[in-house]
Amino acid sequence: MLPAVAQESKFRPTETYLARRRIIARLMSFLLFMAAAASVLVTTGIVYVLVSESWNFFRQVSLLEFLTDTQWTPVFAEPRFGILPLLTATLWAAGIALLIGIPLGTALAIYLSEYAPSKVREIVKPLLELIEAVPTVVFGYFALLFLTPLFRMFIPGLTGFNLLVPGIVLGIMILPYVVSVSEDAMRAVPSSLREGAYALGMTRIQTSVRVIIPAAFSGITAAYVLGMSRAVGETMVLAIAAGQNPNLTGDPREGAATITAYIVQMAMGDLPQGSLAYESIFAVGLALFVLTLFFNLVGFFLRRRFREVY
Amino acid sequence: MAAVDFEHRVAFNPMSEAEASRVIGVAKRRDFLFAILGVFVLVLSMGMLTALIVDLLVDGLARIDYDFLTSFPSRRPAQAGILSAWVGTSLVMLTTALIAIPLGIMAGIYLEEYAPRNWVTDIIEINVSNLAGVPSIIYGLLALGLFVYTLGLGRTVLTAGLVLALLILPVVIVATREAVRSIPLIIREGAYGMGADKWQVIWHYILPAARPGILTGAIVGLSRAIGETAPVLTIGALTFIAFLPPSPVQPEFPFLNFDWLTSPFTVMPIQMFNWISRPQEAFHINAAATGLVLIAMTLTMNAVAIWIRYRLRSQARS
Repeated sequence: MLPAVAQESKFRPTETYLARRRIIARLMSFLLFMAAAASVLVTTGIVYVLVSESWNFFRQVSLLEFLTDTQWTPVFAEPRFGILPLLTATLWAAGIALLIGIPLGTALAIYLSEYAPSKVREIVKPLLELIEAVPTVVFGYFALLFLTPLFRMFIPGLTGFNLLVPGIVLGIMILPYVVSVSEDAMRAVPSSLREGAYALGMTRIQTSVRVIIPAAFSGITAAYVLGMSRAVGETMVLAIAAGQNPNLTGDPREGAATITAYIVQMAMGDLPQGSLAYESIFAVGLALFVLTLFFNLVGFFLRRRFREVY
Repeated sequence: MAAVDFEHRVAFNPMSEAEASRVIGVAKRRDFLFAILGVFVLVLSMGMLTALIVDLLVDGLARIDYDFLTSFPSRRPAQAGILSAWVGTSLVMLTTALIAIPLGIMAGIYLEEYAPRNWVTDIIEINVSNLAGVPSIIYGLLALGLFVYTLGLGRTVLTAGLVLALLILPVVIVATREAVRSIPLIIREGAYGMGADKWQVIWHYILPAARPGILTGAIVGLSRAIGETAPVLTIGALTFIAFLPPSPVQPEFPFLNFDWLTSPFTVMPIQMFNWISRPQEAFHINAAATGLVLIAMTLTMNAVAIWIRYRLRSQARS
């Protein structure tokens, strides 16, 4: 604390006070830097664990087999380790999620950014955040025990575990995120462009489609890419509602284990550390990490670009 | 090119008044239809959320009573409860908050106030933004490989608290940065003008002013951690726990006891997952009841966060 100044006009801080202040300042700037650097340590830890365990895995299973084999049977007497069934299931679910999330999210973002009065926007945005507040395991319950029985009444051939329903639920789950990132990008478009379009007699939808979307293109793409990354990495909804059976399928009405569902299933089974099955969850985890890292970096630079333009 | 076309059209094909009003009519109708579409999407997504909540209420509300909250899990669904689950959740959250909140605030302040513009800062920034997008299950693998086996922490409250803390760290960092950035320059300049040094400005002026914003971030982060299932499942948390960890407070000196940190545990989302996975209908009802308790907690926390932010904004306006 600084000594009170008002009472003494010739006040000079004492040497010990200044020395103490210098030490505290130096100590704090060091501690704060360490805290920020710790976040880099987390990434390093993730990469170290994934790579070192996968290394052991790939000494026994060739990378070629991992990427091309169409069977994933890690606990069979003659185990086969082809990631394709897990990967296709992951991409099916994420693809369906995007099919729902992108059109709905874009429409809602345009509505919020270009149509809605600010009062509506202020109410709607927190409401959308509430969707993000729902725990994923609860969404899993909803997908398996409410939506799936409901959809089975309309869609013939839909099995109890399937990729379609969790995909749709995932689409709703990523919706708030897609909306908030793309609306951010749209609102960052300078209003001079918007006013120019209005002055030419364009309607709001024409302005949105021909002026705002092209101008905010990189930001909107970032929203899609980051939404994709979330859908690919989502675990519980798929582990609950898509089943845990690796299944290379072209039909989303069937159930199939995704990468994330496989990891959960194996980790719950109390695997002996060092076994091939134990190492396999790190190998597929590494594949998942690389996939999402790629999406995240693309998203990061796209967002940074639209921020620089305006 | 477009400009030439435009001139031609204006010069040689003036629209008749009827045609012009038709074109305008079509455009206006499309505009209106799109507004309807926007509202429709909004209603659809909110409808989904409502359906989810109503479904949980219908399935599970009747199951929630005093016994449900004070009983251990059981093989008999009608006698099972979530005592060990909510106690576990509370202890894990306590650990998470104690780690993530100070660490996140410190990192956020460093990035906002101290970080020089160089490649180290660039790496930290890209890293934080990437960490926010790493799937939660990958954090689970980190915890399994590093905390459980390499560091030998085991499948304990400490491991779970630590991994969830890392998971929500980006949320706290980002919230801190935004809160710090929004503090008016005048507060800073006033403090510097009085002879305070950088740390004094931060400690006595910036942090108190940023408190509501940081609090919002911490609440949102913790509400996410409460519902997180995948990383805690991955470290192999048990699903059937019929005892409580040692109490954190005790009557004898030194009154605090840290044995609970190394105790096995379960948490509410895992208890719920376990009950969903059973074939018997009666366990699904338990799952719905647990989900109801969970969702009540996360929605309340988020509502509080939204309210704090709303008050902040209306204060800033007045």
